[in-house]
Amino acid sequence: MAAEAPGGSPGLAHHFDSYEQQKEAATLGMWLFIVQEILFFGGLFFAYALFRWKFPVAFNHASRHLDVTLGTFNTAVLIGSSLTVALAVRSAQLAKPRRIVGYLLGTAALGLVFLGVKAYEYHHKWVEHLVPGPDFRFDGPGAENARIFFSLYFGMTGLHALHMVVGIGILLFLLRPAWQGKYTPENHNMIEGFGLYWHFVDIIWIFLFPLLYLAGRHHQL
Amino acid sequence: MSTNGHPVSSVRTLVAVFLSLMVLTALTTGIAFVNLGAGSTAVALAIAIAKASLVVWFFMNVRFNTRLIPVVIVGGLFFLLVLFVETFADYFSRGWYGHGR
Repeated sequence: MAAEAPGGSPGLAHHFDSYEQQKEAATLGMWLFIVQEILFFGGLFFAYALFRWKFPVAFNHASRHLDVTLGTFNTAVLIGSSLTVALAVRSAQLAKPRRIVGYLLGTAALGLVFLGVKAYEYHHKWVEHLVPGPDFRFDGPGAENARIFFSLYFGMTGLHALHMVVGIGILLFLLRPAWQGKYTPENHNMIEGFGLYWHFVDIIWIFLFPLLYLAGRHHQL
Repeated sequence: MSTNGHPVSSVRTLVAVFLSLMVLTALTTGIAFVNLGAGSTAVALAIAIAKASLVVWFFMNVRFNTRLIPVVIVGGLFFLLVLFVETFADYFSRGWYGHGR
C-alpha cells in the first residue's frame, strides 16, 4: 500500500490528486494489461483459425469428441461467476463488506466447479487416448491433423484454466481486507481490477466454447 | 443509481445481463446442430461477440468509464486484427507465384 496523502484520505496514494484520478489510472492500467492478454491469447486463436482452415474435416471430427453438455454447463457456470463478481464490485461501491466477501466466495466456488469439470474432461480425454503424445489414437479422417486440434484444445483450455487458478489465488488475498472493510466506495480498485480480470477470463471462454466444442456439430458424419 | 456521484449498476440490470448471456449460450449450442453450412462458424462468432460485448459494457462497467477506455480496447483489437489479417495474407498468398508452399 502506497503512503497516504496527508489530511486523512484513506487509501489515496500521495501521487494522486483525487480518488477519481486514482481510479482512472487503475482502470486504465488494468485495461492495458487485458488488451495485451487478448493479443497473447490471439496467437493461439490465430493458430486455431489457420489449422481449421487447412484441415476442416479433421477439425470437425475431432471437435465432436468433446462433450457439448459439459461445455455448455461450464459456460453457464463461468457466466454465473461473472455475475457474482459484478455483484461483489457493486457491494464495494455500496460499502457492504460482508456481501463483498460472500460474492467473492461464491465466485471462487463457481470457479472451482468449472475447474473440476475441466479436470474430469481432461481425464476422460486421457482415457480415450486423445491427449497428444505417444498414446494418441484417433479413428477418423486425418488423425495427424486431429492431433493438432487436441494440441490446441489442451493448450488453449489449459492456458485459460491457468488464468482461472491465478484468479482464484488473487481472490483469496482480497477476502481478509474486504472483511475488514478496507474497500470503500471511494477506493476499491483491487476489487474492480480483479473483477475486470475475471470478466476477461470469462470472455476468453465465451470464444473458446463455440470454437472448440461446437465446430462441426451440424455435419452429418 | 449512484453513490457519491459514482454510478452503480442495479441488481436488476446485472441479473438481466446474466440472463441474456444464458439465453445466448443456449442459442449458440442449439444453433450449432442446425446445418447452416459455412455460416455456422459466422453465427457462432457473432453470438460470441454479442456476449463479449454485453460483458464488457455492463459487467466491466465500460459504460461508466471515460472515453479513454473504449479507445484502449479498440486500439488493442486493432492489433489483433493486424495479427490475423497480415498473417493470413501470407498463408493465403503462398504459391501464387509457383513457389513457397
